Amino acid sequence: MVETLRVLIVDDEPGMRLAAERTLRQFQIDFPDLEARLEFDIRQAASGEEGLEVIQSFQPQLLLLDHKLPGLSGLDVLERIVARKIELHTVMITAYASLETAIRATKLGAFDFLAKPFTPEELRMTVRKAAHHYLLQRRADELAREKRQIRFQFLSVLAHELKAPIAAVEGYLCLLKDLPAGVDPQTYAQVVDRSLLRIEGMRKLIFDLLDLTRIESGQKKRELADHDLVEIARLSLETVQPSADARGITLAFEPAGSVVMTVDRGEIEIILNNLLSNAVKYNRDGGRVTLTIAREADRVWIRVADTGIGMTPEEVSRLFGEFVRIKNEQTRKILGSGLGLSIVRRLAHLYGGEVTVASTPGEGSTFSVWLNPAGAGGAATAVEPTE
Amino acid sequence: MQQPKHTILVIDDDVDFIQQLQISLAAAGFAVRTAFGEQEAEQALREGRPDLVISDLMMEHMDGGFVLCHRIKQQDPTIPVILTTAVTSATGLRFDTISADERSWVKADAILAKPVRFEQIIREIRRLLPEA
Repeated sequence: MVETLRVLIVDDEPGMRLAAERTLRQFQIDFPDLEARLEFDIRQAASGEEGLEVIQSFQPQLLLLDHKLPGLSGLDVLERIVARKIELHTVMITAYASLETAIRATKLGAFDFLAKPFTPEELRMTVRKAAHHYLLQRRADELAREKRQIRFQFLSVLAHELKAPIAAVEGYLCLLKDLPAGVDPQTYAQVVDRSLLRIEGMRKLIFDLLDLTRIESGQKKRELADHDLVEIARLSLETVQPSADARGITLAFEPAGSVVMTVDRGEIEIILNNLLSNAVKYNRDGGRVTLTIAREADRVWIRVADTGIGMTPEEVSRLFGEFVRIKNEQTRKILGSGLGLSIVRRLAHLYGGEVTVASTPGEGSTFSVWLNPAGAGGAATAVEPTE
Repeated sequence: MQQPKHTILVIDDDVDFIQQLQISLAAAGFAVRTAFGEQEAEQALREGRPDLVISDLMMEHMDGGFVLCHRIKQQDPTIPVILTTAVTSATGLRFDTISADERSWVKADAILAKPVRFEQIIREIRRLLPEA
């Protein structure tokens, strides 16, 4: 894509302005690294005062500014630009390059200097450098803005997710307060059970959130050591056993042998706990959860298959978003933070791996996490926090 | 307690809100039927005529409540409908600032902002079902 960069040349010598304009008029620059091509739209001004007017109307991105001008000097112009908080890249043109001028100009945000007399090639080189810097800075600004935007969305969804259980519990408490005497005791039990469930869900959300921020910030020191994933899995299975028993769900795990890998034990526990508790939660009563851990070729696989409600391809496509919970008739009584899979995926990325899912509605889902045994060294901070 | 005279259909996608209304309306002497989302609501409406409907505005579809409301009124304009909505607390939009003209296309008999106080709902029901 060809972009046009607006350039203003401020110089009191008409010959200089003309030469500069001629040099840049037919000039195109390619920046393969930024996938950009630039050409130039050029304006001239003969004095600092005129220059400031043109800056207002033309809004140049690049300013070639002579220092020695009648009336306002180049430095005066720079000062006014700074005072008006105008953002542009300035190249100072100086006939007698005095150190003092250079220092003052740099302090006022000038990007570069060009000493008179200069050749057309020198001018092009300098403009090229300034243009590249301008593009880089703009790209960085765009990224920062996008990040802020995503952060903001995350926070507003989070606020909603925290507000919902509070509203529910508040509703139940108001109800209890106003219920007439003689209401069937089962009603009270219902109200209390549901309130406790919502509070539990909120606690889970807060814990998940702590996991997530810890992964994202990379603040927690990862304790990488050789661990047997099979042994970690046995502990995770014990954790979900009670909720599986309550619904007659069988947990199957028949490892062929130990699978040793360099990992942070806590991270693997989080992955396993999330996948296993999902497989129980979204299963049918009397169903089955099958865990497999195996080393295949140069990958370590963790697979959790359930015989639960399954998902449609459309539901699968939305699954890994933050706070996404598949809402339908079958999931309405199941509580979750909507962060679990997003956490699992981030953790898998820390091991150079990925999470995939295969699912059939009404039959079940299989979540597969693969990890690269050599990839655990990936610094936590290398994870893109905003996908 | 005497036999409930009126049946109220509560439609929402929030299990807790449904349950809370169910308990408080039952305590106030109404028979309550519930529907989770639009589809169950359509089913419930086919199964029998409620004396009044309380429906959430935004469920699976952004305007599911409006559509449902419209359909109920088409079938039987005498069934009063109360729409509940969290739109105000979520976006700051207020329905009562919309002009009467603009409101006329909304077929609901009352629009209540969530969080709703239960006595407020009971008051609206008694207004819409004077014999209740």
